[in-house]
Amino acid sequence: MPSPEKHYGTMHKLFVSAKKEFWLLTRDLGGLAVLFLMPLLLVITITLIQDNTFKTIQENKIPILLVDMDQGAVSNQIITNLNESSLFNIIKKESEANAQDLVQKGDFQLAIILPKDLTKDLNLKIDQNVSGILAEFGVESDREEPLVNIEKKEIRLYFDPATQQSFKSSVRNNIDKMISQIESQSIYRAFQEELGEDENTSIFDTESFISFTEIVPNTNKKEGIPNSTQHNIPAWTLFAIFFIILPLSINMVNEKNQGTFIRLRTQPIPYATVLGGKTIIFLWVSLIQFILMLLLGIYIFPLMGLPKLEVTGRIPLLLIVAFFAGLAAIGLGLLLGTIAKSQEQSAPFGATFVVILAAIGGVWVPVFAMPNFMQTLSRLSPMNWGLNAFYDVFLRNVGIGEIIPEISALLLFFIVTTTIAIIYNEKKNAV
Amino acid sequence: MIQIDQLSKKYKDAEHYSLKGLDLKVENGEIFGLLGPNGAGKTTLISILSGLIKPSSGSFKIDGLDYTSNNKQLKQVIGIVPQEYALYPSLTAYENLYYFGSMFGLKGPSFKASIEEHLNILGLGQFAHKKIKAFSGGMKRRVNLIAGILHQPKVLFLDEPTVGVDVQSKTVIIDFLKEQNSNGTTIIYTSHHLNEAENFCSRVGIIDHGQLICLGTPKELIQNEQGAEHLEEVFLALTGKALRDYA
Repeated sequence: MPSPEKHYGTMHKLFVSAKKEFWLLTRDLGGLAVLFLMPLLLVITITLIQDNTFKTIQENKIPILLVDMDQGAVSNQIITNLNESSLFNIIKKESEANAQDLVQKGDFQLAIILPKDLTKDLNLKIDQNVSGILAEFGVESDREEPLVNIEKKEIRLYFDPATQQSFKSSVRNNIDKMISQIESQSIYRAFQEELGEDENTSIFDTESFISFTEIVPNTNKKEGIPNSTQHNIPAWTLFAIFFIILPLSINMVNEKNQGTFIRLRTQPIPYATVLGGKTIIFLWVSLIQFILMLLLGIYIFPLMGLPKLEVTGRIPLLLIVAFFAGLAAIGLGLLLGTIAKSQEQSAPFGATFVVILAAIGGVWVPVFAMPNFMQTLSRLSPMNWGLNAFYDVFLRNVGIGEIIPEISALLLFFIVTTTIAIIYNEKKNAV
Repeated sequence: MIQIDQLSKKYKDAEHYSLKGLDLKVENGEIFGLLGPNGAGKTTLISILSGLIKPSSGSFKIDGLDYTSNNKQLKQVIGIVPQEYALYPSLTAYENLYYFGSMFGLKGPSFKASIEEHLNILGLGQFAHKKIKAFSGGMKRRVNLIAGILHQPKVLFLDEPTVGVDVQSKTVIIDFLKEQNSNGTTIIYTSHHLNEAENFCSRVGIIDHGQLICLGTPKELIQNEQGAEHLEEVFLALTGKALRDYA
């Protein structure tokens, strides 16, 4: 029998540990496919939904109900404006109760009820106000009607209870703006009439004087306005990278259940080396995931009618961020795999925890829109550090210097979680 | 040589000691059978000697190495064959052995040749590159055994190495262990197969309630127990017939 050589070097053990992880990973082709395909599917789905939301609204107008009890110039103006907005397909109904019922059932998202005498009372109110103002300046009014008390008018909006708050706010803002414009135009018109000018000759410019333009601040003088792909790829790639904690922790729990972990504990191999082998392979997995995401954004998205991912000159920095984000995710996976005793513990906890980290990290709702407490909490989420670093590179065109704080935090997170895993393992095994 | 002095172990929250003041000396080249009913303390003793758990008190040395100060070297001179298969089901027999052997620092062509030779000796040569999950219980036991001896340990701990295998596999395993022993490996072995232990072991110790209750060659123990013809009768006389169920 040949006597095998013995080497005590840690590097050889680390290399073979990584090799074993590679074997384990590649033996489960179904699991491997899920590991790479599901994140791609996630990014495609989210980007399609987000990018197409506005297009869909424009192309397939949202049907809404409108009950016109005014039948006057103001209601006609409102209907004309709504039609011109290209957002809605207006379906007229005679009865408010009927409209309310249909919205309540969920058949329509919105019903707008224009009150009776809206035109008449608005004009009357404006006439009274304008006459009053002119009288203050000594201009005699043509008005002959006595002053009457006019009740305020209310346009009622019925929303489907399932309608999202953001949609409600958007509709409310649009209608509010529309009403303000109609009111101010009516006021201008009333002044013009009172001053005896020809209705057809405009003496007031009723167009908005103040407008706004969206400008992307760009210190590096690089071109480009960020698109939905540029926003989605980093956020959801990071989400996918962190989901690696599931297969990693399950891999470790399996080793405990199979007894292989017990055998390893009787061998002269430090736990750090065991974790090192896993880190090497799963880091490659997360980098391959990231590269696939980039390729998807660059080559596949344009074929699907989605905006192309713009990565020119940014690839090295993006890979650096992906590397450190991957390390942070792996650190978390190693800690979870060390602590969990069963798949029933690791899988649900891991999945939920990643969703929580994503939520507080700003993947779904921007951090600035969160309550103060959650904003503070988000600073503790490694996903927030990763997301900021990705946005810095993708959207702000920064250099390596600007992302050092974020990638340092990700590295520190890996070191801390892995150290806790090693200490926990030692304590736990000191029965 | 294994020298155990006043070794005790009480698990956290346990009412009783699993091992209580155990003294034992096993000489180089022995095949020592550690026998006892369920819950007697056999696995606890092997777990302590193999470095899996720490004793509550007492000490032990293996090949002159103290577990407190020479833990890493100690792991290098011992081999463990646990009762569980302790193999990766989705890896082949060769890959499992390559990995576990490498963790002892083995490498190079001689290491690879050693894996193949051991597989051939135990009748697994043609299955070297088949996944473990396709193996029968007997085949897994044999791979499990090879994983424990690839690094040529001075002391080999075996926790019920023949449980659940057919007679053919059992014979191959026992013959293989005898050959290992003849090459100088000291063997510490636990089993509930008392006939097997009687024939295989050079010396046995019966342990019950964490204490060593008798020690000697199988022949000596049988002679000392009046009316006993086999080790099983000695065992029952010393440990009683009461069931040892515990949870």
